Amino acid sequence: MSQAVRAGVDSGLLSRDAARTLADRVLKMSVAEETRVTIESFRDGNTRFADASITTSGSSEDTSLTVTATIGRRRASATTNILDDASLKRTVDLATRLAGLAPEDPELMPELGPQTYAVVGAFIDRTANLDPETRTSAVRQAVEAANRAGKAAGQIFTAGFLQSNARAIAVATSKGLFAYHRSTGADFSITARTPDGTGSGWASGGARDWHAFDTAAAGRVAAEKAVASRNPEVLDPGHYTAVLEPQAVNDLIPLLGAALNARNADEGRSPFSKPDGGTRIGETVADPRVTLYSDPEDRMLLGQPFDNEGLPVKRTVWIEKGVLRNLAYTRFWAQKQGKQPTGAPLAGGLALVGGTKTTEQLIAGCERGILVTHFFYIRSLEPRTVLQTGLTRDGTFLIEKGRITRSLRNFRWNESPLLMLNRLEDIGRSEPTSVGRLMPALRIGQFDFSSSSDAI
Amino acid sequence: MPNNPTRRDFIKTAGTAAALTASAGLRLEPLAQTIEAPSADPFAIELANEALNAARSAGASYADVRIARYRRQAVATRERQVTNVSDSESYGMGVRTLVDGCWGFAATSRMTKPGAREAAQTAVGISAAAREVHKRRVELAPVKPVQGTWITPVLRDPLDVPLEEKIALLLSANEAALKVKGVQFVNSGVSALREIKTLVTSEGTNTTQTFIRVFPTFSATAVQTGDFQTYEEELAPRGEGWDYVDSLNMAGNAERWASMAVQKLAAKSVEAGTWDVILDPTNLWLTIHESIGHPTELDRVLGEEANYAGTSFVAPPEKVIGQLKYGPAIMNIQADRTQPGSLSRVAWDDEGVPADQWLLIEKGIFKDYQTTREQASRIAKLTGVNRSHGCSFAESWSEVQFQRMPNVSLLPADKDISLDDIVAATDRGIVIKNRGSWSIDHQRYNFQFSGQAFYEVRNGKITGMLRDVAYQSNTPVFWNSMDMIGGKSSYWVGGTFTDGKGEPSQSSSVSHGAVPARFRSVTILNTRRTA
Repeated sequence: MSQAVRAGVDSGLLSRDAARTLADRVLKMSVAEETRVTIESFRDGNTRFADASITTSGSSEDTSLTVTATIGRRRASATTNILDDASLKRTVDLATRLAGLAPEDPELMPELGPQTYAVVGAFIDRTANLDPETRTSAVRQAVEAANRAGKAAGQIFTAGFLQSNARAIAVATSKGLFAYHRSTGADFSITARTPDGTGSGWASGGARDWHAFDTAAAGRVAAEKAVASRNPEVLDPGHYTAVLEPQAVNDLIPLLGAALNARNADEGRSPFSKPDGGTRIGETVADPRVTLYSDPEDRMLLGQPFDNEGLPVKRTVWIEKGVLRNLAYTRFWAQKQGKQPTGAPLAGGLALVGGTKTTEQLIAGCERGILVTHFFYIRSLEPRTVLQTGLTRDGTFLIEKGRITRSLRNFRWNESPLLMLNRLEDIGRSEPTSVGRLMPALRIGQFDFSSSSDAI
Repeated sequence: MPNNPTRRDFIKTAGTAAALTASAGLRLEPLAQTIEAPSADPFAIELANEALNAARSAGASYADVRIARYRRQAVATRERQVTNVSDSESYGMGVRTLVDGCWGFAATSRMTKPGAREAAQTAVGISAAAREVHKRRVELAPVKPVQGTWITPVLRDPLDVPLEEKIALLLSANEAALKVKGVQFVNSGVSALREIKTLVTSEGTNTTQTFIRVFPTFSATAVQTGDFQTYEEELAPRGEGWDYVDSLNMAGNAERWASMAVQKLAAKSVEAGTWDVILDPTNLWLTIHESIGHPTELDRVLGEEANYAGTSFVAPPEKVIGQLKYGPAIMNIQADRTQPGSLSRVAWDDEGVPADQWLLIEKGIFKDYQTTREQASRIAKLTGVNRSHGCSFAESWSEVQFQRMPNVSLLPADKDISLDDIVAATDRGIVIKNRGSWSIDHQRYNFQFSGQAFYEVRNGKITGMLRDVAYQSNTPVFWNSMDMIGGKSSYWVGGTFTDGKGEPSQSSSVSHGAVPARFRSVTILNTRRTA
């Protein structure tokens, strides 16, 4: 390995120049007809806590390299994180040998040549350099804020997690393509539980920039929810209006990503399939106030501007004012159907937009309904309708005449993120919910709360 | 009801072995094991000692180093095509340290002496930084230092099986499936892992273990106007060699499996309400995993998972150990890291604790939790057990080890009852097979599971196939409604390659043995919706 490459790796995160040098070195080793090199490099730091003690805290760093070799219509890949010349050569040879053994793939698309990419500024130095002392201090502030806010209930129990990461990805092909992108991210979440075991609250934040969220504020909100959610009452399961906070919406809407697969729709196994063949593009699939899009350049999303083949990822509007405008096309399926390839549906982040109100305004407009903080353990029940099941968690409240009146026992629910968008009563202002996600609060009619849960 | 000769044959072997003691369990071992356990790489030991010395010099009172090399291979196919062939290796080290009773961890793939030293120093720095938010000092249960090597017993390491053979097997299964009229899509695949892990601790433990695991998959989809149904066969992942994949006879069985998707299209939509349910082991293993495996993890009980996977209703320890009636007297639940063929089998865990086998639930009464070295002392006075049960595991060198689930299994009845016997004894019920959708709340009370194939039982006989079925219940109510379980010859071991827990989330592999069992008056939902 050259000194430049070694220096790039040893600093923990691969630079653009080091990535290019490494990729060129590997491409030169390959005798396959086409070769793609993907390099991923990361540095993570995290701090986990429970019962006012840090339980685990750590850091990790790694750089791995994947060689994808193509011989005729045969393709295979091999990955290693051992970056000396001998291991790289062994990995190139393995990918080439595996490709030789693979049967011909009639759907194989040739590797891409040079592309033009948007420059997305998703790397924030202070997030990349977050040290364990700063993490500990942020955790302490959250725990102390929770203790103060929860005092009315006694000694609040807190548990949570703070992590930051810096990542770099590069894709290069033997046909001259080179893509490089680096990003940072930080996430914090905290759960507060009351000492009598009857109340639990939660709050979280996530952003590319560590300074974009406040751990003390999250601690306070979690504790306030825990106190307010004490002694929940049982409400009979049934169909109720639901006010979903943005974090709850963030749990559901990204599940539409898999359903946006164009090929499945064309093949008749998708909610976006027409019964007699073809897709529902152009049809109304949701309330006309709803727009769903991905856009790596959107400053609130800051996604990766290319996919794993090096295909540029651009703004794609999936649902525009309730009408299905696009589905996710791979390069093969796009060519077959005469469409533009989009890359994976969530590569460019995901935003649901359409409203301007606050969550409080959505509550105020609710005659009788259930406020949901967030969801847990969501699993698919029925792919034809994207029907899911899951549970409410950490703060479920009854709304009466526009006000929160009681804490409720948690519910299991069976609901579809697609079908529910057809029962939209109101949509709030979108806000960042996690890295690469922008979601609003929603008020949904006839949400199916199917059974009661004893879990606090 | 369709029979599965291959599976039945396998059940006998697995059932006899897994339900009994470890020595009896040796009956499952391949008779002519061909692969010796590799000994430790001297360079790995050198790096580990470099890291341990650096950790001690920097002030650690305890340190352990895991050096691990993973090799994974995956082949995926659809219909007559191979959609993915990939092979990956990952090599690195993780150093864990204690300073003033606080944990720190650092991992690196820079496998050099400076890399090892820096990782150790970083870990110690992280330990020191944790002191500011620190109420309880970590105390480790004693363990006798151990030196040794071990390997999963196999006849053929799946990674040594030529790729051509794997592809030929999968494509021949797909071809057989596509013969079924109405079946338009087929997916099959196989993933294999070889993990070589060396653990060296500051207390003198030095072990090198090689784990071999394999996971075949198969599903078929039938489409008709405006409708489609997929059937996934429950091909359990195992801690076994290619000999296990051969035993499944995927090519020979695929046509029958695929025909299930077509049958599902024509099945009657279930009438929602209260039914007796008879869960085949291919379904029950996952219900055991979620409603017994997870709630008996001690870290959940202590609140350490409260922000993610949740806590547990099996709490507080002083009120449930020896007291909580989890189920009927026929219910015995065993935790076991020695079980041959299982995914969680080890010789020593990631803290050097020898593999253990113990009862979590005995005759329906909750008895003990899953523990690691730092947890054992928290309940020792209640259980009388001072040692760790050996449940420490990390998914990779890059992640810190913590408490993970051992194999957790429902032991068979003394009497050799079969699934057919249970059906014959049931007036109105539903037999549920294979894993469907699954979801459970964060204290493990309310769950809702589905399956892949459902059969209506009337007056002791299977009368037809149902669809759109999910069962929903509350864990203690559900297990206490169990009134009939199968015997040894009906025992089958399922499992998962990807059980998630922890922050950052880590994946573990775990097996669950089960026998068919009947549960009375369970809520059945109809999952059909119209767009």
